[in-house]
Amino acid sequence: MKRKADVVIIGGGINGCCLAYNLSKKGLSVQVIEKRYLTSGATGSCGAGIRQQWSTEENTLLAINSVKIFEKLSKELKEDIEFRQGGYLIAIHDKAEMNQAIKNVKMQKKLGLKVDIIDNDKIQNIVPILDVNGMNAIAASYCPTDGHANPFKTTFAYAKASLKYDTNIATHTKVIDIKTDKREIKEVITDKGSIKTNFVINAAGVWSKEIADMVKINIPNQALRKEILATERLKPIFKSMVISFKDGIYFSQQKEGQIVGGIPLEKEFGLKTLPTIDFLYHMSSTLTRYAPSLSHVKVLRHWTGFYDMTPDARPIIGDTKDLIGFIHCHGFSGHGFMLSPMVSKIITDYISNGKKDKIFEDLSLDRFKGKKITYEKSVVG
Amino acid sequence: MKKKKAIVCRCEDITEEDVIDAIKQGYTDIEELRKKLRIGMGPCQGRVCIQIVRKILKNYTKKDISKIPLPKSRPPIIPVTLGTLSSDKDEKKS
Repeated sequence: MKRKADVVIIGGGINGCCLAYNLSKKGLSVQVIEKRYLTSGATGSCGAGIRQQWSTEENTLLAINSVKIFEKLSKELKEDIEFRQGGYLIAIHDKAEMNQAIKNVKMQKKLGLKVDIIDNDKIQNIVPILDVNGMNAIAASYCPTDGHANPFKTTFAYAKASLKYDTNIATHTKVIDIKTDKREIKEVITDKGSIKTNFVINAAGVWSKEIADMVKINIPNQALRKEILATERLKPIFKSMVISFKDGIYFSQQKEGQIVGGIPLEKEFGLKTLPTIDFLYHMSSTLTRYAPSLSHVKVLRHWTGFYDMTPDARPIIGDTKDLIGFIHCHGFSGHGFMLSPMVSKIITDYISNGKKDKIFEDLSLDRFKGKKITYEKSVVG
Repeated sequence: MKKKKAIVCRCEDITEEDVIDAIKQGYTDIEELRKKLRIGMGPCQGRVCIQIVRKILKNYTKKDISKIPLPKSRPPIIPVTLGTLSSDKDEKKS
């Protein structure tokens, strides 16, 4: 571990590793601190999807720009991150959903996204195993450039590429305290030694609150418990992710052939990890209602993960007024993987050049002090 | 036995050499190895491979085997079809 670094990143998930790569590529010295192993939090338990269809402009833009980076990433990092664009099909069940979809698609098209509302026949052309009657679908919105990548391989590839520059990654290392002086960051104390620095990025996912507490900054994040399952491998059947905001279900076929998907149970905050049989019942019934032919497919395992939820389901990104050098990069509310390339770029531009993106204002921690909150409506799982 | 040919994980076709290569690249946590190589992610859920991987890890990291924790358990214990699971209980009304 370094004794001194330009930037200390707390959290070895996708955002931490992506930031390490981008910052050290700019010539900065970087120390990543991860209390367990790389991808041990939300990155390692996520559904691997990359979606550009959002209800808020800034999420849509972040995602569109992230996809542009994902498209070239395997080449850039010299590792196959298994990026593939099979599309995202979002089921529309009723008039209210249709109205929201029309609004979303209009905004997304304005931002340059290739997206359309398609009828039930087209749904079955794109994902032949779907039963539109069982789904109770009246239409869907579909974006062919949405897709997937392998979250483990992407994180590992960023981590490995960052080591070619001035980055050190300390896993199984816990941050104990952050020392400040006159509203400036001075030092990060871990259980394996301390590092002098003026910049700390809090990319600790659901543990970001613990980190923010160390510098007496209150963040409104809560860990929202989620479950997800994987089936046995099958030959390639469909390429698109299928999701429904009404039923909360999402599922897709991964590169190796397994179907991975989830569905929410009753909202439960906290870090309880044990998966439940209720999830298996609920997920299997809904999944076989959507795609009856999957009845014969075996579930191999299911596991728990956590959304780092903010009150409006939008991330918290940017600097802090009260503490110079303390950078927020958390609260992704289940969408950290897909937004990471662009988020990291924006934060890197700020730290290396002092360039402040407009998004810092929209996604600042201070937005919760105002009365008006804009919710991200397109949340699934 | 030749390391190139010794299969450690039959579900995902991973050899002893694959595991050693990954450890040399720095993947020394059993969960990391899982995510890197997909060991323990097949139908056997690690019954065949995990103890062997632990032994390889022990040899290369010189850690005591009791210091190499098993991966988190991820149910079900044996594969179950979606049809069986969905026949057991009606879909929750949400």
